[in-house]
Amino acid sequence: MKYADIVHRCFRCGYCKFTGDYTDFNCPAYRKFRFETYSPGGRMWLIRAWLKDEIQNSDRFQEILFSCATCANCVEHCVFTFSEDLVNIFMAAREEMVNSGMIPPPVRDYLKNITVNGNPYKLPAAERGKWVEGLGLEPYRGQEYLFYVGCVGSYDERAQKMARSVAGLLTKAGVSMGILGEKEACDGNEVRALGEAGLFEYLARQNIDQFKALQVKKIITLDPHAFNAFKNDYPDFGADVEVYHYTQILAPLMASGPLSLKSCEQKVTFHDPCYLGRHNKEYDAPRTILKAVPGLELVEMERYGENAFCCGGGGGNFFTDILGGGEDSPARLRVREALDTGAETLAVACPQCAKMLEDAVKSEELEERLRVRDISEIITACMA
Amino acid sequence: MYSLKFDVDVCKNCPTGACLVNCQYLNADQETAVREMVNMAEGKDSFVLQECVTCYACEEYCKRGNHPFYLITEKREEKGILTAPRAITTQWINLCEPQGKYRLGEVKEKALSFGFMPEFLRWAKGKLFEDVMPSFIFGQEFFCNVVYIHFAETATFKKRLPGVIENFEKLGVQEVVFLHDECYGAFAHLAPAYGMEVPFKPIHYYEYLYNRLNELKDLIQPLNIRVAYQRPCSARLCADKHHFVADIMDLIGVELVQREYQDQNALCCGGIFSMCFGYDLAHEVQERNIEDMKTHQAQYCVFNCPACQNTLGSMVAKAGIKPIHMIHLCRMAIGEM
Amino acid sequence: MTDIAQALARIVGDAYVSNRPEEAYFYARDPGLMPSHPPDYVVVPKSVEEIQDIVRLAHQEKIPIVPMGAGLALTGLVIPLKGGIVMDMKRMNRILEVNEKGRYAVVEGGTSQGLLRSHLEKHFPRLRHSIPDSPATATIAANVMIHGQGRLTQQYGFNSDMICGLEVVLASGEVCRIGSPALSSDWFSKGAPMPDLSGLFLGWFGATGIITKIGVKLYPRKKMRDVEIFITDRQDLVPDMVYELTHTEMVEDINVFAQPKPMIFKDNHHITLFFTGDTEEELEFKRKMIWHSLDRFIKAKDGGFMGVPPVMKPTLLDMPQRSVSRFADVKKGGGFEYSGPIIMVDKYPDCAQKILELAEKYDLGYSGMARIIGRSHAMMYGFAFTFNRADEEMMERTRKALHEVSEFALETGGVFWKATVDEQKMAMDKMDPTTLGLMKMIKANMDPRGIMNPGNWEVDE
Repeated sequence: MKYADIVHRCFRCGYCKFTGDYTDFNCPAYRKFRFETYSPGGRMWLIRAWLKDEIQNSDRFQEILFSCATCANCVEHCVFTFSEDLVNIFMAAREEMVNSGMIPPPVRDYLKNITVNGNPYKLPAAERGKWVEGLGLEPYRGQEYLFYVGCVGSYDERAQKMARSVAGLLTKAGVSMGILGEKEACDGNEVRALGEAGLFEYLARQNIDQFKALQVKKIITLDPHAFNAFKNDYPDFGADVEVYHYTQILAPLMASGPLSLKSCEQKVTFHDPCYLGRHNKEYDAPRTILKAVPGLELVEMERYGENAFCCGGGGGNFFTDILGGGEDSPARLRVREALDTGAETLAVACPQCAKMLEDAVKSEELEERLRVRDISEIITACMA
Repeated sequence: MYSLKFDVDVCKNCPTGACLVNCQYLNADQETAVREMVNMAEGKDSFVLQECVTCYACEEYCKRGNHPFYLITEKREEKGILTAPRAITTQWINLCEPQGKYRLGEVKEKALSFGFMPEFLRWAKGKLFEDVMPSFIFGQEFFCNVVYIHFAETATFKKRLPGVIENFEKLGVQEVVFLHDECYGAFAHLAPAYGMEVPFKPIHYYEYLYNRLNELKDLIQPLNIRVAYQRPCSARLCADKHHFVADIMDLIGVELVQREYQDQNALCCGGIFSMCFGYDLAHEVQERNIEDMKTHQAQYCVFNCPACQNTLGSMVAKAGIKPIHMIHLCRMAIGEM
Repeated sequence: MTDIAQALARIVGDAYVSNRPEEAYFYARDPGLMPSHPPDYVVVPKSVEEIQDIVRLAHQEKIPIVPMGAGLALTGLVIPLKGGIVMDMKRMNRILEVNEKGRYAVVEGGTSQGLLRSHLEKHFPRLRHSIPDSPATATIAANVMIHGQGRLTQQYGFNSDMICGLEVVLASGEVCRIGSPALSSDWFSKGAPMPDLSGLFLGWFGATGIITKIGVKLYPRKKMRDVEIFITDRQDLVPDMVYELTHTEMVEDINVFAQPKPMIFKDNHHITLFFTGDTEEELEFKRKMIWHSLDRFIKAKDGGFMGVPPVMKPTLLDMPQRSVSRFADVKKGGGFEYSGPIIMVDKYPDCAQKILELAEKYDLGYSGMARIIGRSHAMMYGFAFTFNRADEEMMERTRKALHEVSEFALETGGVFWKATVDEQKMAMDKMDPTTLGLMKMIKANMDPRGIMNPGNWEVDE
């Protein structure tokens, strides 16, 4: 296994589980399951035991490894010099498990669907561009940016709304961009996170070839997960593109004025997506956008920025639901935390967070008190 | 073994005794000064050996080319008179011992030397340095080791400095810009005083900054601020470069307040004093120094030495004066900060 | 699932009981060097009632039960020596009450040091508790159960001296309150002015009961905090230096450390001094008093205050100090363990000498760290060795070194802190037999079925 020479170095001190200021346990899997084994330190010790044949790959072991949301809270707070590699270590263990074929059924199904259908929804590629109907967005043919939507934004009903909203807003702001529509392929961020390195490489190369053929130089992504893969992993396979999350394009436009906003009094709290925040250190752009709205009051949750609590959808859990369910599911804990701020709107910047948290609001029966809105949806509603 | 070239006759007919007469920390008239220097040179006891606080200033006060401070240091060492507690000296000797952990940029014929001050790894950037960077040198292997003269401990630099010179030589550098004037002073003045040959041209970074600022003149926006300058002990080892402080300030539109404790009358930051002698001397000197800055309504306190800034930075800040290093001040003037 | 597992699941719910190999593996060991032993079950209860039910079940079935906080003692105190149930307390981590003017907090038995620190910082910025340098996940209850020490120990004694009441589940499953909360709604004393029964639990490692609630005394938190380090090459003078420093009554905490790496620390002993103030004036006054208290040593050149670089200060002022945990991996091996006897401060030179000898004899990386307890009333001297978890031979050397420390500590008049099972036996062998008889009587009466963390504080015939 990659990183096998590191796993024995975990002291299991537990800083990885916490926020930086110890406000709360912040590892989503640990927060839900509450056995030490589900914490980053627990995984480290169990991976080592597994490599030494002291425990076997079981359904429990699989649950422990695949419930990791790859949210990188542990990377942020581990005190050791190998902290940067914690999530990589868990992904490497998953890779070994994928190679051995012993993985949880939903993970197997997810990977199979990507392989067979090119998306996790078992829907035809022809429907990939359906979200855009009526928006008048052109296919990509040399515009300044390619707008990359991803599987969730393309097929999931909630996320489609967000994709339409972001695309509409960027167009209104005068951003020149086109889409790939049915030719768009899965970015593979979750494929990689779930340990299918070969399939990820295949997808990356497929995407990169297409970018090159179309001479794409700059990409705006809807999804921070795609943003992460393009920005951090694709260069290993020869990608040469500038990548932006849509909030990074919108933020500078708020001051320069193509979007005129009316006063819009509301109290909003923002949920940092892990793949925008901790993985890519972008905490400011979403906040800059929200703060530009006259009358909008931005309040922070107890855990925000580098201490933000993951919605529980990361690392493939959005699709596999290993981490979901029950009152202590991360998404439900998170919406309760959002409610505590007194905000009536929970702002998100990721289609996966949008869906996870909106479902959690329903489970908590908070529809009357808290609404989940993507940043672009908030801005659109505040346009003069 | 390298030994100091000190000419006692130069002292014997000294008309001023400037070395000790000007001392800020000892009381001596001309007659006492000459007598004590001669005494020390002849190996006799002297109150100076007990009371000197190691501010280096007499190296500058002496205009006759002798090295009064090096003499004091040598004689203390011979007689085993300690300035610092042993633990402090040991700590510094250990800290700067070569560990093979030096860091080199793409070293060319001209290079920047950061000595063993890690701050410069972060600070030396931007246009001012772009014609030399990334040609830089950092680490214990390239550290001048002169600091030990504070501790009456010349043995360490005598032992290490020739190796350091050799390390530079191996890199094939022709010109080295030193970002700390103790290093510059070591290679430009101290090494020759001990008969060590230096096979490259040392350049003081003030001179370098001054020339760079002239080249970048179009970018300079006069800062229009009032600053006090904190002159470090090591500047006494290369007093000939001190005029660049005023020259640079002129160039970037900074008013250097004409305070009491500047130029020859500069006061120590107190860092060494507190390590060697405890609370009172350091504290009294620091208070007097900062009060002087306040009296002259300085808005900034400009530091040359990162160690002075570490010692005094938060104290001046508490007095409402912003601490800033010369490099940052210059970068500010060309709009980089 | 076995019948017991099913019975436990009925109490805490399926999700919070495990008899799976993964949990058995993990909860069988701690980060230290003691041999592992797997539990049969791990449970994670949520309430006092659940704990009572679990204990009643264990009592009825005669199953061992081991309460566990974060499991960070390093000396194997939560390794289930005889199997049975490990009870992970960390789901019970609510802060139930903070009485600001009475300066106390009541927290549940699984509440971590970090959580209380964070809560006070946010909601009661003028209050603090005595935070140990174990990782922030360490629990308050487990820490006092082992007589831990913290930032306020030089001022107020062991952390267990700073408590003001307990709620405990006894081996019978009954719940009882100790100290003022036994008859009052206020938590202000763990015993006085009545017979102090807290001693029936403190220091017993769970062998007499499980703490479910704990009253923690809080202390004034000043707005500012600073640190200075006095260094000396005279280990023989360290006790005198500490005596002078404690005389000032102005120091928050005093730690003395000596270690060979990094180079800045080689060859010297470092007396780290923390102090606090509400104003610059107060802080500076204390600094001055503290410095002056050591003038004679400075004058004799036997020691001096090092210049603490501004970049080093956040590391030192951190509470808990994360750098303490980092010591585990300085040699990229992920492990360290220390034996930390409580011993007189005048034994500092002997301890410092001993750790050098042992490090050399067993070829180990080391750090000697003393925390002063009270005004020089005693100290914890930590003989810490770092080891590589992947190097069995090195781990064995470390065990041997630590065993020698135990023997040395006892010979030198020290008493083991958070004693391993072996050290417990050594201590009981040396102990006044009447005292031992008393301990035996207490244990026999409080845990007649021998189910409470068995193997610990068991008096042999």
